[in-house]
Amino acid sequence: MSTTVAQSAPSFTLPGVDGRDHSLADYGDAPALALVQSCNHCPYVRAWEGRLNAIQKDYADRGVRVVAINSNDATSHPGDSFEEMQARAAEQGFAFDYLYDEDQSVAHTLGSKRTPEVFVFDGDRKLVYHGGDRRQQRRHGGLRLTICATRSRPCSPGRSRRSPTRLRSGAR
Amino acid sequence: MKIELLYWDGCPSHPEALALLQEVLAEHGLDASIELHEVLTDEEAQELRFPGSPTIRVDGRDVDVAGAESPPALTCRIYYLADGRVSPVPSREQLEEALT
Repeated sequence: MSTTVAQSAPSFTLPGVDGRDHSLADYGDAPALALVQSCNHCPYVRAWEGRLNAIQKDYADRGVRVVAINSNDATSHPGDSFEEMQARAAEQGFAFDYLYDEDQSVAHTLGSKRTPEVFVFDGDRKLVYHGGDRRQQRRHGGLRLTICATRSRPCSPGRSRRSPTRLRSGAR
Repeated sequence: MKIELLYWDGCPSHPEALALLQEVLAEHGLDASIELHEVLTDEEAQELRFPGSPTIRVDGRDVDVAGAESPPALTCRIYYLADGRVSPVPSREQLEEALT
């Protein structure tokens, strides 16, 4: 059992709602990779879907990738089954990849403790952001700013590049 | 024994957690009331050190100490069960350990 937050991106190969398998290596060119511990049934996660969609769309042309991962047990929570994931993604028009971590290995490796929980990795796949709620986003400079900071040039004209926010021990 | 269940109303897992908690109490013949706290705002989450829904505390101690360390937020918790699985609700064993 691991509850330590991963400091580098975990290796994985997981089925996506698009019917394809997705591996960490598939995102090799992305200067920032946001893995989002997610699920299908939680209304708090659902409230985040639009935000994740917007981030993926806004940064897609810069190579940034947002990947949501559902690790919940569909046996005990049928609303989190792969079929339900596919239905949800189609219904909401997800712009991001939505993967099924059936054996929960990615959740363990990430050290996830809640849904949604965001882990942003830079081009070297080192953790540069870990958070969830809006309060944390403000404290750590925000998910969008962190994604900007992992890029080699400013995200918006006239804005200087910011250094990635580094996490303290325990990712507080 | 003081038993608290903290939740936010949108969390679909808190009824399941409450039912499991009531089951475990009954099975062990424990006559204790459960205080239900609905957490409504981020400010309340901070004040109550609420790491997510559902959260169960026995005499102030979280049934999953590791998860209790997460920053307070209106969000959903992930529990690590003894068999290595993760779950949106604590296990019967976690509750039994906390209650007995």
